[in-house]
Amino acid sequence: MAVVFNKTQGLTEKEFHYCPGCTHGIIHRITAEVLEELGVLGDAIGVAPVGCSVLAYDYFNCDMNEAAHGRAPAVATGIKRALPDKVVFTYQGDGDLASIGAAEVVHAAHRGEKITTIFVNNAIYGMTGGQMAPTTLVGQKATTAPYGRDESLCGQPLKVSEMLATINGAAFVERVAVDTPANIRKAKKAIKKAFECQLEGKGYAIVEVLSTCPTNWGMTPVDAISWLQENMMPYYPMGNLRNPWEVE
Amino acid sequence: MAKVLMKGNEAVGAAAIKAGCKYFFGYPITPQNEVPEYMSKELPKIGGSFVQAESEVAAINMVYGAAGAGVRVMTSSSSPGIALKQEGISYIAGAELPCVIVNMMRGGPGLGSIQSSQSDYFQATRGGGNGDYRTLVYAPANVQELVDYTMKAFDMADYYRNPVLVLGDGMIGQMMEPIEFKETEKMDLPEKDWATTGTKGARKPNIVNSLRLQAPELEALNQKIEAKYMEMEEKEVIYESYKLEDAEIVFVAYGTVSRITKNAIDLLEQEGIKAGLIRPITLWPFPNKAFAEIPATAKALMSVEMSQGGQMIDDVKIANEGRLPIGFYGRSGGMVPAPQAIVEAAKELLGGVK
Ligand SMILES: Cc1ncc(C[n+]2csc(CCOP(=O)(O)OP(=O)(O)O)c2C)c(N)n1
Ligand code: SF4
Repeated sequence: MAVVFNKTQGLTEKEFHYCPGCTHGIIHRITAEVLEELGVLGDAIGVAPVGCSVLAYDYFNCDMNEAAHGRAPAVATGIKRALPDKVVFTYQGDGDLASIGAAEVVHAAHRGEKITTIFVNNAIYGMTGGQMAPTTLVGQKATTAPYGRDESLCGQPLKVSEMLATINGAAFVERVAVDTPANIRKAKKAIKKAFECQLEGKGYAIVEVLSTCPTNWGMTPVDAISWLQENMMPYYPMGNLRNPWEVE
Repeated sequence: MAKVLMKGNEAVGAAAIKAGCKYFFGYPITPQNEVPEYMSKELPKIGGSFVQAESEVAAINMVYGAAGAGVRVMTSSSSPGIALKQEGISYIAGAELPCVIVNMMRGGPGLGSIQSSQSDYFQATRGGGNGDYRTLVYAPANVQELVDYTMKAFDMADYYRNPVLVLGDGMIGQMMEPIEFKETEKMDLPEKDWATTGTKGARKPNIVNSLRLQAPELEALNQKIEAKYMEMEEKEVIYESYKLEDAEIVFVAYGTVSRITKNAIDLLEQEGIKAGLIRPITLWPFPNKAFAEIPATAKALMSVEMSQGGQMIDDVKIANEGRLPIGFYGRSGGMVPAPQAIVEAAKELLGGVK
């Protein structure tokens, strides 16, 4: 019988702890598959964030570092400068990257660090119980925005990819989603390019992945996907914002 | 090797390179700017890497990354910058990574001043970061010691897998003195088989991490780390005792102030008053055992510091175990104690305890 699906070598045997319907798991899998397909698992050094994916260091089947909240791009910079031939990546949530770690990501991009970031935007702080993130949509309820995000007090959600795309050191910037099988395939392609960008030494690469948090959104997994499609996608348009191969 | 004349801040960089450090991550702050400047000039020549980070927070986290990758790495700053590095120092201790951190202290609190100070003693020895961790702290009193202890700091960091702090001040950083890079004995250091360097498919993944979600696991990590601290307390204490014999008053002073205190001791001698000095070179672990050398002639101790009200004096009290009266003399904010002022303070203290 032909094997049509095998678990990637890029993941360990550890069982994910993510909530049912959480798309962190899908993003882990496609990232791990890319590392395996590019044949770089043995050279990969990942940096896990603080957030629901803090335990990513137990899931990726390569050397891993656990960074302080928001500092993953700085930690990755230290690793990459010490070991420039290795494949270094960060995996970060939106509280981690867009709030407490905003300076670290902007300057890693600004320096054009040859690292790759997988940025999981679920419009909320998952791990700490559903507080407002810089990416929470206007009107969206969160435990620290019980009446919904008030634009006049909290501003409009931060569009990280658009912001980073203004920085020349950010060679590859793309926003994807993992809501449908077709989009998952596109997301995987983007992640692969983001690693190729690093392998070819072109500069900083980031893929923003629109993701769900059914638990803190208070929805079933199916409703969460619909909510992402109806509310997040219009505000966070998908597509490539920077591509080093097109520039040439 | 011949002696060379070098500024403290450059000598510390040269010493680090001599000790095999090829990676430096820093952020400008006076009075230590010559350290990153020197490293930015020298490291590219030896195939290393210098990064001017976006902040001290980022710099120390870059140190975390490089240390986790198994290389010798250093950062330097001055007081407010070291305050920002505390998060990273705690994580580095928790993840058991080796690194060297230099603090050329300036006056505080807040933005304070850019002149010399010793008001980060608490920060250095008690730790400003969270958790049960310690850092080995060397307090050099001259540029030669700055060089020697910076080099030693790298070995100690690797041996214990713990951050090591070199605590100077603006004066030591800015001062030029003749120094010599001594050939030291190579320490027998363990292989860094824990480093994240890529598995090459040849071993299980390594994980650099301070998170232990299960309480018993975190307690076990803390116990393991504590055992290292106990070993440091037993083996790494360094101090100098100076003219303790027959001393009526024993000063306790470190770094720059210990030099001034030695001048005060000479002045007192001219007036027929015998004074001695205990000079802690490791501030943590504190040289408690030095206090056993205090002669029966001693009537009082005096902590002399560039700090308002004193910080090290707390450790002097612990080491003294209530035996002798303890006085204090200090200046702060960048003001430096004059030998004569120390003499007067000592005479006043002795007058009071007679
Ligand atoms: C310095 C610091 N501040 C706050 C926290 C608490 N904290 C842990 S996870 C988290 C939010 C993470 O949210 P996000 O990055 O959106 O990831 P998600 O959990 O949604 O995947 C916070 C605030 C911390 N660990 N450290
Ligand atoms: S809390 Fe949200 S982000 Fe975290 S695992 Fe659950 S669903 Fe995923």
